[in-house]
Amino acid sequence: MRIATLRTLNIAKVGLMAIARNKMRSLLTMLGIIIGVACVITMVAVGTGASSSIQATINSLGTNFIMLFPGAQTQGGARMAGDSRITPEDVEAIRNEAPSVAYVSASIREGAQVVASDLNWGTTVYGVDVDWPFIRAWNVADGDYFTDVDVRTAAKVAVLGASVADNLFPAGDAVGSSIRIKNVPFRVVGVLDRKGGNMMGQDQDDQIVAPYTTVMKQLQGRQRIGQVLISARSAALVAQAQNEIDALLRQRHRIGPGQEADFTMRSQEEIASTSAQTSRTLSVLLGSAAAISLLVGGIGIMNIMLVSVTERTREIGIRLAIGAKGRHVLLQFLLEAMALSIVGGAIGVALGMLIPNLVSRFAGMPTEVSTSSVLMAFGFAAAIGIFFGFYPARKASRLDPIDALRYE
Amino acid sequence: MGDPVIEIRNLAKVYKMGEVEVHALQGVDLTVEPGELVAIMGPSGSGKSTLMNIVGCLDRPTSGTYRLDGIDVSRLDRDQRAEIRNLKIGFVFQSFNLLARTRAIENVELPMLYSDLGLSTPERARRSREALARVGLAGREDHYPSQLSGGQQQRVAIARALVTDPAIVLADEPTGNLDSRTSEEIMGIFQELNEAGKTVILITHEAEIAEHAKRVVYVRDGKIWRDEKIVQTRAHPASAGESEQVVAFPFKIASPEGAARLELEEVTR
Repeated sequence: MRIATLRTLNIAKVGLMAIARNKMRSLLTMLGIIIGVACVITMVAVGTGASSSIQATINSLGTNFIMLFPGAQTQGGARMAGDSRITPEDVEAIRNEAPSVAYVSASIREGAQVVASDLNWGTTVYGVDVDWPFIRAWNVADGDYFTDVDVRTAAKVAVLGASVADNLFPAGDAVGSSIRIKNVPFRVVGVLDRKGGNMMGQDQDDQIVAPYTTVMKQLQGRQRIGQVLISARSAALVAQAQNEIDALLRQRHRIGPGQEADFTMRSQEEIASTSAQTSRTLSVLLGSAAAISLLVGGIGIMNIMLVSVTERTREIGIRLAIGAKGRHVLLQFLLEAMALSIVGGAIGVALGMLIPNLVSRFAGMPTEVSTSSVLMAFGFAAAIGIFFGFYPARKASRLDPIDALRYE
Repeated sequence: MGDPVIEIRNLAKVYKMGEVEVHALQGVDLTVEPGELVAIMGPSGSGKSTLMNIVGCLDRPTSGTYRLDGIDVSRLDRDQRAEIRNLKIGFVFQSFNLLARTRAIENVELPMLYSDLGLSTPERARRSREALARVGLAGREDHYPSQLSGGQQQRVAIARALVTDPAIVLADEPTGNLDSRTSEEIMGIFQELNEAGKTVILITHEAEIAEHAKRVVYVRDGKIWRDEKIVQTRAHPASAGESEQVVAFPFKIASPEGAARLELEEVTR
């Protein structure tokens, strides 16, 4: 037993020495595994990072958040905006007649170029209602939010996101100033709290909120509400609020109980689970693309090991002639292949820990290196070494010593 | 002396080349006593290489028996033969067959890596050093084969053959790749080993090399054609440094036929 262990160690040393002797070739052989492992870890890190930041953003909407869109829900989640619409009157009805609803705000989106004296900035203008700060839990840092009266009179007032204020009023004198959105003059009444980047690195502070009535009248010229943001009184009342809204809108839109509704509702929970599913699919997709590169790396190892066996036929012949048994040669080449894949895997892991950091820093994408992906990639690499190393090693061990010695 | 180190009885080897059967060896009998220095000679195609492969346990006979150092090795499987090669046989090849990019001492250690002796690393190094010193290469342990001359490389190979203290040293055309002066040096080493009691079997087609042996076995058409003991008229074998003297040997063997006319004592047939 002791002798066998000692011999195994000696043979392992022989295999490792062969790697050390061919440094360049060994490195090139490992490259496939290095790239494969680094890819798997990075891809999974990017996927996980993206999904958890999306998740965090959705969770920040609050557990009692409900979103209402015009258009029927169709299979696969696609919406057909069609002719259906939700009117300001519908929103008003929800506010007044759905007891489980705490806050409700129409929301209209409009991309616009904004000018303040000599500076201009391209941003998105959201037309919302006075409940909006409560639904989004977003306060005004400077100045005031617009009032109920502003909404009713479609006053040309705006509240700037922090980034917009930074860009248009570097001196910090935004409140009280005048800006032109699509050439319509607006008065700045307030600046929002800074929220920072959200999922996928989007800057949440790069927006302007204004009364939805004003946006409809001054910027869009039509009466269409893109979506309605709703807050239930509590998380427990979300389902009830959805029922109340459903009943109310069916009645107002004259849709019978069995018929398909011309609007769609999504609670925060539903949005979260849909997006979790999407991002999981994304992760799997990225991960499997990377896993294929790992497989290709394994084939690279097999390739080089086969070449190495042929190239070293003479050496194998010598070893066999002076008393190496088939299994000793098998062990030597198998260990060599394993060492290549394990060392390659280790370098790959190191890179896989480093690259996501660089991606976060320079591409601004959130990443999250998961221990399981590191273990999986490394284990897979080692397994590949054994799997793809076995065939060349067996080939070497079955050589006939007489033929091998004669090989030129 | 005691039991023969090699005892071959009625050995035959048949190769099947498709439909054709080639009788490489047929009915070979050969006995080698410990301490002999035997040269096996024969033209190419004579079955000399086949005999050497079987004697070296690289191949198995089709029929007949072969006892090496008292063990019947004619029916052993691949792994058992590897073990025999490892412990009982020291190989020296025409092309040296050292591992390139591997230091001399590591080349010499190689057989011990695969042996069942269970030698520790320092013990292996000690033995290797000793074997290298024995062939006159003390101080060259860390040289790579590419840094050594042909003669020196062959000495490393001889050291490698000796390091497990085998029952026989089997040298296949050991001087085939060397110039005549170096050949004499190498033959001198074999003779010294033999003087020290080692059984040496040389396979060669060069009569000058066979001259150094105590016994010459001629193989022809798969059979032992002649088996002759040479009466050494020379008192001492030439040492490695005195190779010039070896040329002044009292006889020359030009060919097996010619050899028969020389001062030889026929043993069999």
